[in-house]
Formats: sequence, structure tokens, C-alpha cells
Amino acid sequence: MGEEFVALSLPPMLIGICAAVACALPGNFLLLRRQALIGDAISHVVLPGIVVAFLVTGIIAALPMMLGAGAAALVAVALIEVIRRLGKIEPGAAMGVVFTAMFAGGVLLLEQSDTSDVHLDVQHALYGNLESLIWLDAFGWSSLFDWAALKGLPPELPRMAATLAFVSGFTWVFWRPLKISSFDEGFARTVGLPTGVLGLSLVVVAAIAAVAAFDAVGSIIVIAMFICPPAAARLMTNRLEVQVAWSVGFATLSAILGYVLAGYGPLWLGFDDAVSAAGMIATVSGVILGLAALFGPERAPMGAPAEG
Amino acid sequence: MIWEALFLQLGYNATLVTIGAALLGMAAGATGVFLFLGKRALVSDAISHATLPGVGLAFIVMVLLGGDGRSLPGLLFGSALSAGLGLLCVSWLTRATRLSEDAAIGAVLSVFFGFGIVLLTVIQSMTAGRQAGLETFLLGSTAGMLWDDAVIIALGGAAVLALVVLLRRPMAAVAFDPEYIAASGGDVRRIELAMMGLAMAITVVGLKVVGLILIVALLIIPAVAARFWSERVGRVVVIAGALGGASGWIGAGLSATAPNLPTGPIIVLVAFALFLVSLLLAPGRGVLAAALRHRRFQRRVHLRQGLLALAQGQPIYEGLTLRLMRAAGHLRADGVATETGRAQAARALLDERRWHLLRSNPRHEAAAARYDGLTPLERVLTPDQIEELDRELRPEGIT
Repeated sequence: MGEEFVALSLPPMLIGICAAVACALPGNFLLLRRQALIGDAISHVVLPGIVVAFLVTGIIAALPMMLGAGAAALVAVALIEVIRRLGKIEPGAAMGVVFTAMFAGGVLLLEQSDTSDVHLDVQHALYGNLESLIWLDAFGWSSLFDWAALKGLPPELPRMAATLAFVSGFTWVFWRPLKISSFDEGFARTVGLPTGVLGLSLVVVAAIAAVAAFDAVGSIIVIAMFICPPAAARLMTNRLEVQVAWSVGFATLSAILGYVLAGYGPLWLGFDDAVSAAGMIATVSGVILGLAALFGPERAPMGAPAEG
Repeated sequence: MIWEALFLQLGYNATLVTIGAALLGMAAGATGVFLFLGKRALVSDAISHATLPGVGLAFIVMVLLGGDGRSLPGLLFGSALSAGLGLLCVSWLTRATRLSEDAAIGAVLSVFFGFGIVLLTVIQSMTAGRQAGLETFLLGSTAGMLWDDAVIIALGGAAVLALVVLLRRPMAAVAFDPEYIAASGGDVRRIELAMMGLAMAITVVGLKVVGLILIVALLIIPAVAARFWSERVGRVVVIAGALGGASGWIGAGLSATAPNLPTGPIIVLVAFALFLVSLLLAPGRGVLAAALRHRRFQRRVHLRQGLLALAQGQPIYEGLTLRLMRAAGHLRADGVATETGRAQAARALLDERRWHLLRSNPRHEAAAARYDGLTPLERVLTPDQIEELDRELRPEGIT
């Protein structure tokens, strides 16, 4: 049991947890700034970025793809801003125009280019392939201390861990300015914080988390983790510190529970095949949000009288 | 080849797809206007992603009942049910909790979509060897569209269009000012529900052609593009319908001309191209029109200031002003004023002094409010009034 678990389930589970937490952390601030759907937009425009990177370099490699995806995310953010200002359109609609058009462009490029022999398709972009990130060199728990075996880890794991470390570092270093500018942008500007730069760097960090997570787990998890755990945490508390802690907890819980349910749930019910782990993790995070919306202690709308 | 496609000469199937897509685009464009005006464009994103679990469940149920899982009416019915559920979730999360609407949209979108993906993998294992082909609902697929499917899409599009025409007044009113409607006894929630219901119908009807990820583009892009062309709701709706219909028609036509041109993305890209044209070229709100307006205004200000400087014998150094004055024939190349230039300058100075007098007199308060340093007084007052004003002006002129 242990042997199989370490080789087949531990790495994807860890990758899932890292991706979930890395997305949930910036998600907290995006939620408070009412920019929650930026995550949705970014995860759509990642597709054209990846396709263009593939067409330029001709190989499926992590680095050019992540660069391409990151560039596409920045282009999208800039385009949204340009269209919003030039056309005096509300941000939601500007976002809708940009990300659908870029996604359509990505699909078209993908269909036009000869990618049939490489593993690059829309389905992969959406679901990811969490289940396939296995660790063939592992033989039980002792492999965790075996350097030769550790080198056989799927490369997504260290990459995702590094992303998580970076995102956590950003959140930790800029905690106070982020907190102030998320709650009261006007006050933050008055005390001399560069709110514009801060807002943009938050979006960039979110994009980095999204692109890295997308590579490993697909875009469904990215959108779900940007919004669901922070939203559920928002219904639990009024304090940002506690909210972030809850959101990390919820993200971790969704990743573990979702992976286990997807991998073993069908077996318990008597079916042979596992279901999509990415989809199940998103579903679990939704169930958590639903429970928080029904029973969370701070769920009442703003200004509504307290219950009881 | 392209012309043949656009004029429906490419055979039965392509013609079917083109007409269906055009109707769908028209209905979607017209419906989208009300969502956009109510600042709720992205709700349609939640609706469209929420259709996926319904498609999956409908397939499973139909197979378990022994039928053909791919029957389009059944799948569309299932997708409508789950989209409706998603819509209810969005409105419940927004009303009953402190979460804002965008968070509710994102949550519903990702969770329903995730659950839909889980169901798709269940279906894949269920019908081992018999590929269900439900993935085509993600991006749409018009290959092998049947006559029955096309009829459903055309009828659905036409029905939605008719309902939009019927409901346009209450929907426009709610989109602009829900409080007013509520205060004057209208049922805002029912009208909003109807609005969302229409968006849902479009989504469901469009699943087959455009796919659920991109159908939201047909609801948003034509509406945003049409908004550039007019300030009147009725016209915006008509223009959005026309733009949407054109996107559907051209997009479907183009995609029929070559392999590897997926219909949904092409339609969306055509719509985006129309949006870009509108953004740049529309009179009034377009970027080009705004730039021209700014330039005209700048010229008027510089000319006026130049003439005033000329009349008062002040030197002009500013480059643009000098160029404009020369081009208008007010100055000679060496910077000396021409005959017309001096006459114009005198008129400008007289106008300015009349304005000055007018503004210092409280009796003319209403007229004085129209002072902007550019409008000649002749356009504000009648000749009689100006003559009366000039009588007060004269003593200052004599001294």
C-alpha cells in the first residue's frame, strides 16, 4: 500500500496542494478587490500563449510555454485596460471581449498548426493531467530520503513548490501594503503607497501562479482555487489574517479530498476507472463554499442585521 | 470559394450551418445588449459553463434509460436545467451571503465546469469503445450537423429574438434603473429572470455550434460593439443583432471554405474584428471620432487665442498657433498680419469684450453660463440683445 501510494498518489497530491494554495493566496486579495474574475480571464488566455510558444520554438518544453503563457496574460491585462479606457466600457464587458477573442485565437491556431503528434490540445489545457504525474523511481517511503530516487520526481513538483514559495514570499513581504490597498485604495494612496504598481504586481503574481499551476493541473483548478477557497474563507471571518489561513486550509482540503475521491471514490462505488482529479478538486472546493455559505459564521450580507 | 460560402453555394450542410449560425448570432447579439447595459455581461459566462454537468447527466440518464445518449433535444434540455441551477446559485450567493456577484460568478463557473468534467470522465469509462463525443460541446462542432439539429437551432434563435422584441421595453428599463422600476411598481426580479432566461436559452441553443466556452462571446462582443454606434437602446439592439448575425454568417461561411477552421472560434474572431472596427471608426463614441473632435477643438482654441493676441498687439511664439494662423490666411509667412487677419482679430476682440461685459452683468446670468471662450456671442444672443449690449460697451470704446 505504502509503496504504491508514494509512487502513484503522493506526487500528484503534493502538486495539487501546491497549486491550490499558490492560487488561493493571491485569490484572497483579488476577491477583496472585486477582481475575482481576473483568474478566469488569465486561465483562458493562457491557451493562445502556449500555442504561440509552441509554434515559435517547435518543442513542448516547460520554460518557453510558461514564458508564452505569462506574456499572453500580460497582453490580455493590457488589452482589457486599453479597451476599457478607449471605449469607456465597464471592466467586466471589456474582460469578456478580450479573453473570449484570445481564447478563440488560441483554438484556431491550435487547429491550424500541426500539433497532432504532440500532446497539446484543448482538453489537456482544461483538465490538466494530474493523474499522470507519477514517480516511477519510488519504492516506498524510504525513497523520500534517497537522492537518486528523488531525482526521478516529476519536474512539475519542484516547479510548483518554487511557485508556491514565491507567491507566499510575495504575500508575506507585501502583506501590509496589500492589506491596506485592498481594503481602502484611497487611504493607501494618501499615505503614499504606489497602488497602481501594487495592483498590477498582484495581477502578475496571480498570472505566475495561474501559469505554473495550469501547466501541472489544468485551468479548471486554477479558476476554482482563485475563487472558491478565498470566498469560503471570507464567510468564516472578518479578519484578513484568519481569512488567508482558512483559505489555505480549504485549498489544501479540496486538493487532498478531491484527489482521493477522484482516484478511489469510483473504486469504492464499484466502478473500475478513476474520474478526473482536476474536476473533482474543483467540485470539492465548491461543496466547501456551499457549506460555508450555509453555515459560515460571517456569511450575512454587508449591512444586514446579525442573526439571533 | 469565400464568396460561394457567403452566398450559400457550398452545399446542403454548409448552408444549414451558415443560416443557423446567423440566426443564433442575431438572437445572441440582441439579448446581450440588455446584459451589457445592466453591467451583468459576465453572468452569461457562469450560465454557459454551468451547462456542462447538465449535458453529462442528460447523456447518462438517456443511456441508462436505453436510449441514444446523443439525442440533441435531450442534451439541450439537461444543459438548460443545470444552467438554470447555476443561475439560481449565482443569485443565491449574491443575495444570501456577503460575496459580490463576480465572486459568485467565478465560483459557479468553475465548480459546475469541474463537476461537468468529472461527469465526462465517468461517461468515457461508461461507454468504453463508444466515444460519446460530448467534448464537441466545449468548442462546438458543426461537422455532421443534422437537419433536425439545424431546425432546433434556427427555431430557438428565432424564438429568443421574438421574445427580445416583446420584452425590450421592460428589460431596457430594468437594465438602466432597477430602483425606479421597483418604485413604480414593476416586478424587477421577474424581468431580470426573463433577461437571464433569454441568455440561458441562447447559451443552450448555441452549445452545438459555438460551444460552451465561446458562446459567451456572442452575448458580449456584438453588444459592446453596437454600443459605439448609437445612444438609443432600440438602435443598439438592432445593430447588435445585425453585428451578431453578420459574425455568425461570415464566420460559418469562412469555416466552411477550408478544413481546420473550427466554426465557433472563427465566428468569435469575426465578431471581435467587427468590434475593433466599431471601437476605432464609430462616429461619436469611436476612438478616431474622439481624436478628430479633440483636434478640431484644439485648433479652435489656438486660433482664437492667436487672434486675440494679434488684436492686442502681443507677439505669438507658440508653433501650432503660428501654423494655424498662417494656414487660415491670418498671418503672412513673415509673421505680419494680413488684412483679413486684422479684421478677424478685431472681431474676436470685440466678441471677447462683449462677453466680458455680459458676464459682469447679473441680468445675463443664463447667457453667461454658456461662455467657453470659443462660442461667438452671435450664437447665444439675438442681434437686438447684442445692440443693447453694445450701447453699454461704447463709452469704454470712446475713452
